[in-house]
Amino acid sequence: MSGPLVLSSKRSSFWPVVVLCLGLALVPVVAVLTKQGHWISLTTQMMILALAALSLDLILGIGGLLSFGHAAFIGLGAYTTGILIQEGKGDVLVALPMSLAVSGLFAFLTGIIALRTRGVVFIMITLAFGQMAYFAAQALYAYGGDDGLTLDGRSTLFGLKLLSNKIVFYYLTFACLAGCLLLLQRLSRARFGRVLLGARDNAVRMESLGYDVFRVRLMAYVLSGMMAGLAGFLLANHTEFVSPAYAAWQRSGDLIFMVIIGGVGSLWGAVGGALTYLLLEEGLSGLTEHWKVIFGPLIILFVLLTHGGIEGVVGRFRDLLDGGRHD
Amino acid sequence: MSLLAIQVLNGLQLGLLMFLVAAGLTLVFGVMDFINLAHGVQYMMGAYLAATFIGWTGHFVIGLGMALFGIMLFGLLLERVMFRHLYARSHLDQVLATFGLILFLNQGVKMVWGAAPLSVPVPEWFQGSVLLGDGILYPVYRFVIIGSGLLMALVLWLVVEKTRLGMLVRAGASNATMLSALGVDVRKLFMVIFAFGTMLAGFAGAMAAPILSVEPGMGDQVLILAFVVIVIGGIGSIRGAFAGALLVGLIDTLARSYSVDVMRLFVGPAAARGIANGLSSMFIYLLMALVLFLRPDGLFPARGRT
Repeated sequence: MSGPLVLSSKRSSFWPVVVLCLGLALVPVVAVLTKQGHWISLTTQMMILALAALSLDLILGIGGLLSFGHAAFIGLGAYTTGILIQEGKGDVLVALPMSLAVSGLFAFLTGIIALRTRGVVFIMITLAFGQMAYFAAQALYAYGGDDGLTLDGRSTLFGLKLLSNKIVFYYLTFACLAGCLLLLQRLSRARFGRVLLGARDNAVRMESLGYDVFRVRLMAYVLSGMMAGLAGFLLANHTEFVSPAYAAWQRSGDLIFMVIIGGVGSLWGAVGGALTYLLLEEGLSGLTEHWKVIFGPLIILFVLLTHGGIEGVVGRFRDLLDGGRHD
Repeated sequence: MSLLAIQVLNGLQLGLLMFLVAAGLTLVFGVMDFINLAHGVQYMMGAYLAATFIGWTGHFVIGLGMALFGIMLFGLLLERVMFRHLYARSHLDQVLATFGLILFLNQGVKMVWGAAPLSVPVPEWFQGSVLLGDGILYPVYRFVIIGSGLLMALVLWLVVEKTRLGMLVRAGASNATMLSALGVDVRKLFMVIFAFGTMLAGFAGAMAAPILSVEPGMGDQVLILAFVVIVIGGIGSIRGAFAGALLVGLIDTLARSYSVDVMRLFVGPAAARGIANGLSSMFIYLLMALVLFLRPDGLFPARGRT
């Protein structure tokens, strides 16, 4: 059996995604029937986080590039949307393409520089670019500066206030997440994903095979940035608030945690990771306001005791059940 | 002109503090290939310990000494309990584990010392200001910071360039595996470097305590700046860290001071300060991007590093 880092082994295949999507599609129905309306909002938030984690998983899990500035793209998407809403141009048809364009452009420009580096320097430079976005948000004095900006409302669609309905918004978020999941699933099996994966393990060899590794990585980086920008668009609409904190480096750390706890490179693991993170946050902050005092050591223990996240642990467990049968 | 002189001194002072933090970080990186995000919280712990011990003893130098000893023990403890198990791990694991440590310690100091900033009095001997011609006054304590920073840099340079230990450190930064194959106890060397790096960061925090507010999370921004310094200077290179730190200190300070004036031409004073604060923080990151674009290995890459 392969190690936890290998993608597209049988277990990260089609069925878990289908089950997951069906489950998520039914949440509003169940919530309405059982009159647990807050589930809808909570699950929406979880799916937005999952989308952000998924976008990071594309470059971190498949590409092997540890970006520590990923929250910047969320912040850019959120701020683009927020500013457009405040300026009265918040229609989805404007705000969504603009959010994607802005975060994609930032990913392109920073990617050209960051992807020239490797290893430790890549981590640091993405962190620094993330900080740049954070400080840029702070400098937006006209839009709240340090304190953030409370929005007048959500984006409209053709001038209609459809997204203000939380069930409509839920399914919009769901569609975005499911769409991105399927897209990445297809991409990771296509040549694009194979080259990216190959470059993770041996970039020199991929180059000698004639692939332009830099270009493929840059494409992945831009795609990943745009996906996170999409998450930012959804986040701004969901919370009706934008703040520099969306782009803070701790958020990037949280995203890395989600990706790792779900199993690096496993696409549905990113969703599981986001869910785990939210449950931990909810559960621990119910115990004490100083929940990070528990959360921090949990992360440390998790890293020290396991390799490859929950999915890796499940995988090894399953290997045991399989009696070491190799497939 | 007088404003420029003061800003250059301020920049020098920030640069030297940055150097103390970055020196430890770059060695830990260079020799152990270990990404220690928690280096910033060690700076913070230095400041907190200094605040506490100076408060207890009522004496700056004694309190500082106790804080340095305390932070070194703390660093050794962390190395023993946690970091040692991470050296052989991937960068991803190192980043995540030390990120967890940051969350823990930032919240931990909030629980122990409270969320409100602590203030440390400037020691009596160093109160007052020096007259620098033209009626410009500059606080003595800031000169003390500059002086002690330069002294530390000199000591560090002597140790790294002129002693056997320094030779081992340089060899380790070039090729730790080879060093270990030659019969050097690399683990012990790691511990020494680690303790020393932690102490330097703690010293920077303690020295900064009287002029900054000591608060939870104060190390985060310093950590990121130290990263920038290291990337600009070249990983594993003390010379690079020194040059990078001074460059970052000066540019950050000057940009901060002049961008307010520039912005004031366009908008009101309050808005100018808000905008300039954000914009000037971006300058050093642009500088870093430029350096990396021109020289991906930094300005002074460690020799023979593969």
